[in-house]
Amino acid sequence: MSNTLNLTLQIWRQEGPNAAGRFETYEARDIPDDASFLEMLDVVNENLIEDGKVPIEFPHDCREGICGTCGVMINGRAHGQEKGTATCQLHMRKFSDGDTIAIEPWRAAAFPVVKDLVVDRSPLDAVIEAGGFITAPTGTAADANETPIPKEAADSAMDAAACIGCGACIAACPNSAGQLFTSAKLWHLNSLPQGQPERFKRTEAMVETMEQFFGSCTNHGECSEACPKEISLDFIAYMNRDYIKSKRVNRKLAGQR
Amino acid sequence: MAAPTVQRSAANPIRKKGKDLPFPLNLYQTAVGKKWVMAITGLMLLGFVLTHMLGNLKLYLGAVEHNGEAIWDIDLYGEFLRELLVPLFPRTYFLWLMRFGLIGAFGLHIHSAYSLTRMNQAAGSRYQSKQDWLAANFASRTMRVTGIIVALYLVFHLADLTWGWSFVSPEWERGEIYNNLGHSLARWWVGLIYIVANIALSVHIFHGTWSMFQSLGLNNPRWNNLRRLAAGGLAGAILIGNLSFPIAIMSGMIEPGDPEASISEG
Repeated sequence: MSNTLNLTLQIWRQEGPNAAGRFETYEARDIPDDASFLEMLDVVNENLIEDGKVPIEFPHDCREGICGTCGVMINGRAHGQEKGTATCQLHMRKFSDGDTIAIEPWRAAAFPVVKDLVVDRSPLDAVIEAGGFITAPTGTAADANETPIPKEAADSAMDAAACIGCGACIAACPNSAGQLFTSAKLWHLNSLPQGQPERFKRTEAMVETMEQFFGSCTNHGECSEACPKEISLDFIAYMNRDYIKSKRVNRKLAGQR
Repeated sequence: MAAPTVQRSAANPIRKKGKDLPFPLNLYQTAVGKKWVMAITGLMLLGFVLTHMLGNLKLYLGAVEHNGEAIWDIDLYGEFLRELLVPLFPRTYFLWLMRFGLIGAFGLHIHSAYSLTRMNQAAGSRYQSKQDWLAANFASRTMRVTGIIVALYLVFHLADLTWGWSFVSPEWERGEIYNNLGHSLARWWVGLIYIVANIALSVHIFHGTWSMFQSLGLNNPRWNNLRRLAAGGLAGAILIGNLSFPIAIMSGMIEPGDPEASISEG
């Protein structure tokens, strides 16, 4: 029952991290409009393989909007034009027959292109490694509701924890700043009782690691618009507040060094 | 299973973390701390701009009787500023104290903007296809341009009405605020500079005021709508106030002259 679309794709092709990239034009014929954006790329790749050409490398994994692996710039917008939608959940019915679609990898100095549309997002891992965890004694799992958490705090932490770490915030930012990602990861832990013992150590370490890779926030708000999980800009303010406090608190903890 | 074709390396920092300076100087070593300094200094400059605009409204009060002599009200106000806290400090000392504060704030505001811009340029990478802006508005996208316009205008404004450089304002005389303003802004090109610069200033203030709360972490989801409103209201009030002066003078509503004559005319 579905309609089909014929599209012109302008896709960034780049053989490797040090190769020069360029746009190449592909015709995508008879794409069913209930296909997802990634399935559309699958069809294009099938045709390329049949023609004996090298298929387009693009990042993808779960294809249900929760893993954060997929993500490309579609017509100048991270994850395409649909708000709160990852690339895998963007459907071809949102496009019209005859459209030209430009597809480009995330761009930031800290995100070098691996191949075609795939970029290396390991700086995000470095930020998590700096403090995106809690230290808890091992053993059997704690009883449910052993630690009472106010509903508001749990909701707020969950809103922040929705971040899937796709990197769209950095890709959409004119300064390639990592504030939305880092602040969401911070608030996820900093707003819960389990995160309190290491709160300021975590904040200082994660912010300073972030700044080794990414730019600085100029409060445009592009990140939140691009975010497939619609993470709020408010978390960035909470991070700024905690960071300044961490400089004072951590100094006390370190014995006025 | 296919073997990976590209060996992934560990993340390479694009910037090395330097040695920590002692607290609180170490705050200024990080971007979040620099934004904090930018917000605080911005707030100081905003306070100045607002009071400067409000003070200038004295222009519309014309001439008054003071100690039996006729004097332009704004000239009287200028003398009041020079004599602030006078029995406590010698004349103009407190004014200079405030001026040094402003000069320091201005310097830090510009330096933090410069170094953050450099940082952002190093971190960014241009898209080859056209990027579609969703949230960034004209004000937020032009902060650097409007900032530079305001800084250049400040130099001109000081040369024109504070220092009275003869090639900028030949009829300038110390203390004669009303007449200096009237003579200078009556020239169309000077009026145009004031109008353009004050529009740039208000655009800068619009994004700056909203942005300040974010940088300082003074945020509460309950007040977020009010922050936009406050930024718009403040920028609008400063725009209307500041534009009214060149317009009033250029249209001849305010004319330089003798305060005595102005009073006797009623």
